[in-house]
Amino acid sequence: MKLFSTTGLGLATAMAVGLTAPASAETELTMYYPIAVGGALTEVVDGIVADFEAANPDIKVNAIYSGNYDDTRVRALSALASGEPAQLAVMFSIDAYDLIEQELIIPFEDVATSDADKAWLSSFYPALMANSLIEGKTWGIPFQRSTIVAYYNKDLFRAAGLDPEAPPTTWDEMIEMGKALTQGDTYGLMIPSTGYPYWMFQALAIQNGKEVMSGDGLTTHFDDPSVVETLEFWKSLSTEHGIMPTGTVEWGTLRQAFLEGQTAMMWHSTGNLTAVKNGASFDFGVAELPANVRKGSPTGGGNFYLFKETSDEERAAALKLMQFMTSPEQAAAWSIGTGYMGVSPASYETEALEAYTAEFPPALVARNQLENAVAEFSTFETARVRDGLNNAIQSALTGAKEPADALAEAQAAAVRLLSDYQ
Amino acid sequence: MKSLTKFMDSFGAILLAIIWIAPLLFAFWAATHSTSDAVNLKLFSPWTFENFRVAWNGAPWLKYFMNTFMLVTVILIGQFILTTLAGFAFAQLQFPGKDYVFILVLMQLFILPEVLIVENYAMISRLGLFDTILGVGMPYMASAFGIFLMRQAFKGVPIELHEAARIEGCGLLGILWRVYVPLAKPTYLAYALVSVSTHWNNFLWPLIVTNSPETRPLTVGLSIFGAPENGVDISIISAATLMSIAPLLIAFLIFQRQFVQAFLRAGIK
Amino acid sequence: MPAHANLERRRQAIYGWILLSPAAVLLTLFAFYPSIATLWSSLFSRGTRRNPTEFVGTENYAELFADPTFWLVVKNNLLYAGVTIPVSIFIALSMALWANSKISARGFVRTAYFTPTVLPMIAAANLWLFFYTPGLGVLDQIGSLFGLPSVNWLGQPETALWAIIIVTIWKEAGFFMIFYLAALQTIPEDLKEAADIEGASRWTYTRRIVLPLLMPTTLFIAVNAMINSVKLIDHLFILTKGGPSDASKLILYYIWEMAFAFFDAPSAAAMTIMVIAVLGIVAAVQFFYLDKRTHYQ
Repeated sequence: MKLFSTTGLGLATAMAVGLTAPASAETELTMYYPIAVGGALTEVVDGIVADFEAANPDIKVNAIYSGNYDDTRVRALSALASGEPAQLAVMFSIDAYDLIEQELIIPFEDVATSDADKAWLSSFYPALMANSLIEGKTWGIPFQRSTIVAYYNKDLFRAAGLDPEAPPTTWDEMIEMGKALTQGDTYGLMIPSTGYPYWMFQALAIQNGKEVMSGDGLTTHFDDPSVVETLEFWKSLSTEHGIMPTGTVEWGTLRQAFLEGQTAMMWHSTGNLTAVKNGASFDFGVAELPANVRKGSPTGGGNFYLFKETSDEERAAALKLMQFMTSPEQAAAWSIGTGYMGVSPASYETEALEAYTAEFPPALVARNQLENAVAEFSTFETARVRDGLNNAIQSALTGAKEPADALAEAQAAAVRLLSDYQ
Repeated sequence: MKSLTKFMDSFGAILLAIIWIAPLLFAFWAATHSTSDAVNLKLFSPWTFENFRVAWNGAPWLKYFMNTFMLVTVILIGQFILTTLAGFAFAQLQFPGKDYVFILVLMQLFILPEVLIVENYAMISRLGLFDTILGVGMPYMASAFGIFLMRQAFKGVPIELHEAARIEGCGLLGILWRVYVPLAKPTYLAYALVSVSTHWNNFLWPLIVTNSPETRPLTVGLSIFGAPENGVDISIISAATLMSIAPLLIAFLIFQRQFVQAFLRAGIK
Repeated sequence: MPAHANLERRRQAIYGWILLSPAAVLLTLFAFYPSIATLWSSLFSRGTRRNPTEFVGTENYAELFADPTFWLVVKNNLLYAGVTIPVSIFIALSMALWANSKISARGFVRTAYFTPTVLPMIAAANLWLFFYTPGLGVLDQIGSLFGLPSVNWLGQPETALWAIIIVTIWKEAGFFMIFYLAALQTIPEDLKEAADIEGASRWTYTRRIVLPLLMPTTLFIAVNAMINSVKLIDHLFILTKGGPSDASKLILYYIWEMAFAFFDAPSAAAMTIMVIAVLGIVAAVQFFYLDKRTHYQ
């Protein structure tokens, strides 16, 4: 890749020389991270970093907020390509294949060598490690992780004569209740189909019993009959059952629509939990997603990645930082502040999270769903393959193409893109 | 009959003006009311500045503002120097190959830095200017538009003044500095206003070249602020947007006449 | 004497080149060298862990031509240009004619028209986001007052590109208005008086005298607008990101995506070369025409 190889290689050498030359007492780390909830959370991160620096006076951390996941990936990779040092970043869990392919990251087995380190590596929820385990090694450490959850408006449930403590647990129940809840300007259910449609689609597909990609990132199953059936089901929610608006449902404004009572139920990331809690003027609940053949949801969110062009001191320092930020206490604080999950069972046993979840049970839903969670959609050339799936979903939902045709096209494109890697 | 046409004219013009200014008005409305009130267009709901407070705390706007200010200043200085020298060369000096070079300069009008984004980005990295204000500004300093403008301006200077200064013993640069530059002041002002508003609002190139808040300008800061993963809050985004456009907008409203004259002048050329 | 003249000429030449050198250096660094480097890079394949980069000639171009997304993006850009250019010129002309005439509130009107020009495209996109939000946005709210159903302006392939087009027109028309204003102010007053004396209606005056005189300005604006139709894509980042299903994707955005999101620099390079070729033809046409015009006058 001309962009990275010629300039990157040359500058990496220069950088390596520059790094080993001056013997400074401090190790400096640059970390790129996305904020998933927008706004004031940079202060929280700055606070965590300050605490870490206080406990580790020989390490200095530059935490650079870089926008959303896509922005952060572009930023981090641009920096690396230009020879600017960056040692770690929080990026999409699904970027792993591409990062490996571009030879930008190292597996954690290379640095987590002590017994304590190894224990730390296995301290996370297995479902959250699914996206990081590639070719037998661990390439990412969970930091801000989520699953999809179903938010529902208990007041609207009551008004429609439904039990507010009994949200739907199966597809059929969801349709039935959705119909009762759809009246006037209010819809029963909204599943967003812009932004990250593939993520929502994955949930539906796994609930219908089928994963849309293989675990090694080389094959996709877009044209499998159960997958086509899933897309047809999604479409039927609006066209046949009328519980969802026709066309696409906007990701960015869905939370606001829910808060405004435009929909009684919405599927969204658990990362929205705190924002919904703060903004809802009604009684609301959070439930696991309903099942058809089985329960399920993909995981989501960002992992820590460690870059390859780093010195040994930097790697050790970065490892320390990651261990600090994923420690049970920090993970608990992060979860409470954002709504993302505590990444390890230990985090849920901390006082803070125990108290919080006792008082606010919805915070446990995502964690409970981990039992039935699957890895988020990720393959080689993930951006382009994913794009094909997104387009297929949107074409089907807007009626531009039939689900079977749309998915067949996406599959053909995916096969072509992945053929080089097989 | 005439008054009817005049009325229709005024009516049409004002209607269009209101439509044109509407997005700004709505943003102002959204920013000063809570999100719920804003989206429901509740006309008499209470005013609030909470959105501005949240937006202000959500990103280092002051830093962004300083970066943008530095950026447009650096670009302007670079442009002044380069276009003055080049414009003068084209206007008053004869040298072989002049016409060919002029055509090459012309070509720059459409080979925008944004179009050549990948290679320019590589070039900036090679020069070690990645994530620096200078790196953002450099590709724009040799502005073909500016060279044209200065060439026109200098061509209009009477040759007698040039001769008079030469007789007094000034070298070429001296003549340039003493005779041409002062006479072209209006053009410089006009060009400055056009350049500042263009580069204050530039987005794609700074997006690629800046990586950290230390160099990030307002436009990139605004785009990052407005694209969180879990959804947008219209009121807060409106507040942030208004804050970031306020400096230039206020400057424009105060110096309207000069702005319009500047663009007019640039247009005539 | 001839020796002296020669010396003088040589000195001028040297001075000329020295004065030009800073500009020349920067132009080479950021316009000419990158153009050639882009062309060069477009002839190689994309290097990955398994297949290092190698010379493939025009294969990247062939792949692009076989890619339906590429043609969709080209079609989008042509539609984008085909609508924004004439419409914004028309509106700009109307604005200029109005702003130049004796209507009431002329200052306010002119300010209102020009204001979008001083805003960054990103801010404009944020402003219009509020308009386009389905259900909660201003357009839908106004529509519901008239009983119209909610439209997902940005979420439907049919309307997404038009939503983008409207934002561009809103941003550009005021800017073009200025050029027309400048030209209108150079039209001598006595032409109008003569037309009045002859009893010509205002419409006839406008059509027969003003418009032809504005032709050079129109041409200048048209070329500017054409370059802008490639350049103005900032709002895509906020409003649609090229979707849904690439319905609003424009070529510069696709180039950015190809290079920075898909890590496929050679394909991006191939597209860039094609864009430069088209822009070059346009610029050549402009220069040729404009040159002719100026000679004429």
